[in-house]
Amino acid sequence: MRYLMMFVGEEEAGEAEQAKVMQQVGGWWEKYSQSGAIVGGERLKPSSSATTVRFGGSAPSISDGPFAETKESIAGYAVVQVPDLNAALEMAKSWPASPVVEIRPIWED
Amino acid sequence: MTASLTRRYGNFELAEDCAQEAFVTAIRVWPERGIPSQPGAWLQRVAERRLLDRLRRDQRFQTKAAAAMAPVAEDGDDRLQLMFACCHPALSRDAQVALTLRVVAGLTTAQIARAFLISEAGVAQRITRAKRKIVNAGIPLRLPTPGALAERLAEVLAVLYLMFNEGYLASTWEGGQDRSLAEDATWLAGLAVQVLPADPELLGLLALFKLQLARSAGRFAPDGALVLLADQDRSTWDQLGIREATELLERAAKLGNPGPYQLQAAIASCHALAPSWAATDWLMLLRLYDRLLGLQPSPVVRLNRAVALWHVAGAEVALHEADGVIPELGRYHLLHSTRAELLTELGRTEEARSAWERALELTLNPAERRYIRARMDSIASC
Repeated sequence: MRYLMMFVGEEEAGEAEQAKVMQQVGGWWEKYSQSGAIVGGERLKPSSSATTVRFGGSAPSISDGPFAETKESIAGYAVVQVPDLNAALEMAKSWPASPVVEIRPIWED
Repeated sequence: MTASLTRRYGNFELAEDCAQEAFVTAIRVWPERGIPSQPGAWLQRVAERRLLDRLRRDQRFQTKAAAAMAPVAEDGDDRLQLMFACCHPALSRDAQVALTLRVVAGLTTAQIARAFLISEAGVAQRITRAKRKIVNAGIPLRLPTPGALAERLAEVLAVLYLMFNEGYLASTWEGGQDRSLAEDATWLAGLAVQVLPADPELLGLLALFKLQLARSAGRFAPDGALVLLADQDRSTWDQLGIREATELLERAAKLGNPGPYQLQAAIASCHALAPSWAATDWLMLLRLYDRLLGLQPSPVVRLNRAVALWHVAGAEVALHEADGVIPELGRYHLLHSTRAELLTELGRTEEARSAWERALELTLNPAERRYIRARMDSIASC
């Protein structure tokens, strides 16, 4: 099955810490890319760079910032292809960076 | 899936049955063959095939389809495996419990609804949601790998604990307890011990169940009235069961990793081994409650500790403790009956009476209600 892994992080981590974590993330990504589990994914710029388009009125409205104002925001994502949720959980549990990972199955039918 | 089958074949009940059977087939087949790449489509195909079979059969016999077969596996190992599968941490606790009772213990939705005091529709909804999550999220229904087994065990223990208590303290029907649910939980815990013989909390939980069951013959008078621990005829207790539980507890203690279930079992065993209420080792109980409170700082534990404190330090001190949990346990009948007993001993009769009244308002169990009424009468006649 394919899953979307969303890496949820708190914004504004310290610079030195950041570099160390990015190195660990690189290792994690490398490992699972080689095993074939990761089939896609990217790191995202901070949510302060986001732009949101909303529909509902007569014309789409455009606003600065993410769709939900929270301390946590999505810092990156991976699309993984694994046999089942347990395999995805195994991967997510060894994720070295952001404090929360959400795993969502991708609609296949 | 049920909805699309109903649309096409126009029989909701049959569609629901077949969807259910497809799901049960998946539980049996997927662990061996792996989850199909399109689980939803797979289930749909199996359900539809089943439905067509049933329609043909119905035409032939002109009879209504039999009720969906209860998905109970015969073999003990299968049931344990299913239980670990149903307790997947990606499912909510409600869903874990409902699935375990439906799929592992084979209870009907009506029985589950009665045990948890919720509507049948509510149970059906929990089960439907759980199944949808299992299928959509790709949760594998198989025994976890040995490494993950211990991790999953915490979930299994919590579900077994709930299952046992619902069976043991069920508050809805005359007679007061549903032994079979409690016995089922005990049996499953026993199976789990065979798979994980060196987990101290699992041993502690099994010991706790066995101790409760061993004393259950004394809990009710022949007319169904509740008999409190203080007044129970201890010769009715099952000494063999108590001995087995004590051995389990000793085995757990040797593993050197105490936890809440072991402490609860130790408390139960302290009562079970006491020759009488008066000869109970209250100081030991107080110490055990102190340790339990350290691990599990809940208001219910504080209340139970207050009872031990009563016998060690007197009613005044214990009442002070009990009063401390009123904000959290205001709707818990045992808080009010405990306060009532303490107030009675302190000679504060009027306050005791209103505490009993509050306790009566808050309990549904007929045996407990009768007991409270009797206690109120005894105050009135003073």
